[in-house]
Amino acid sequence: MESQAHPHESAHPGAGTYIAIAVVLSAITAIEVTAYYITGLRNSAIFAPILLAFSALKFGLVAMFFMHLKFDGRLFSSFFVGGLTLGAAVLIALMALTRAL
Amino acid sequence: MQHAATAGHIELPTTTGLNSRKLLMWLFLASDCLFFGPLITTYLIYRGRSPVGPYPHEVFDIPYTSVSAFVLLMSSLAMVLALAAIQRGDVRGLRIWLVATAGLGLVFLGGQFYEFNTFFHHDGLSLSKNIFGSSFFVLTGFHGAHVTIGVIWLLSLFAGSLRGMLHQGNSLNVEIAGLYWHFVDVVWIVIFTVVYLIPAPLPH
Repeated sequence: MESQAHPHESAHPGAGTYIAIAVVLSAITAIEVTAYYITGLRNSAIFAPILLAFSALKFGLVAMFFMHLKFDGRLFSSFFVGGLTLGAAVLIALMALTRAL
Repeated sequence: MQHAATAGHIELPTTTGLNSRKLLMWLFLASDCLFFGPLITTYLIYRGRSPVGPYPHEVFDIPYTSVSAFVLLMSSLAMVLALAAIQRGDVRGLRIWLVATAGLGLVFLGGQFYEFNTFFHHDGLSLSKNIFGSSFFVLTGFHGAHVTIGVIWLLSLFAGSLRGMLHQGNSLNVEIAGLYWHFVDVVWIVIFTVVYLIPAPLPH
């Protein structure tokens, strides 16, 4: 089940790991949607940070396991995280400038 | 390299030791972060500032969009299973999972078309109705365009596999398409949270 690896890569996981990750992703999505319907929580100040944390966790799981960043060369991660950081910096700067934060 | 020989093309060694095509895809994805970042930002800035409705909480159907998000997550699973199949030389498995991935992508696109249609005809929200509509349709529309390109790419891989052009030796072709598809999925993970689930501020 394990695949062959390139010199800078570890072997990719098997189907069982992928299915387990998909189950976790689905569970997190279900928790997010359930949280949305808890009115007290939705109107509280911690709702957005909690959802953003869940979203970041899902993002990380897909990037690390489905996109194999956990197993591939670090340069791939560096490029992607670089672009991601720049994109996030643009988001924070523009929102701060327009007082939308 | 054995892979290159089997694929029928020369894969030159690189100073990084990493495959150049894969590195190029990661660079493209990094640049696409800079494409979606400002689009999401624009939406977040303008969504609560429309002087006229309809407003986000009046039009969004969270259960419906949750199913769409689930469909796209499952398409990512199907995509990575397609890659796992071709990496162990299972061309039949590759075909099944490629079709499943493209099919789930089409279901997502159909859902988005229905959502846009409902917003337009039922809720009166259009690209030019207010700044919420403009920023929402541009953001989700560009994401939909990315999904459409992904579906076409996957179907072309499927057609290539039927002609015997895909095998264990050139599984990188599937891996690169998979990177693009998973990126489309992670962008939707962010959009689903910040656009649909986190409530927009009410207009003043």
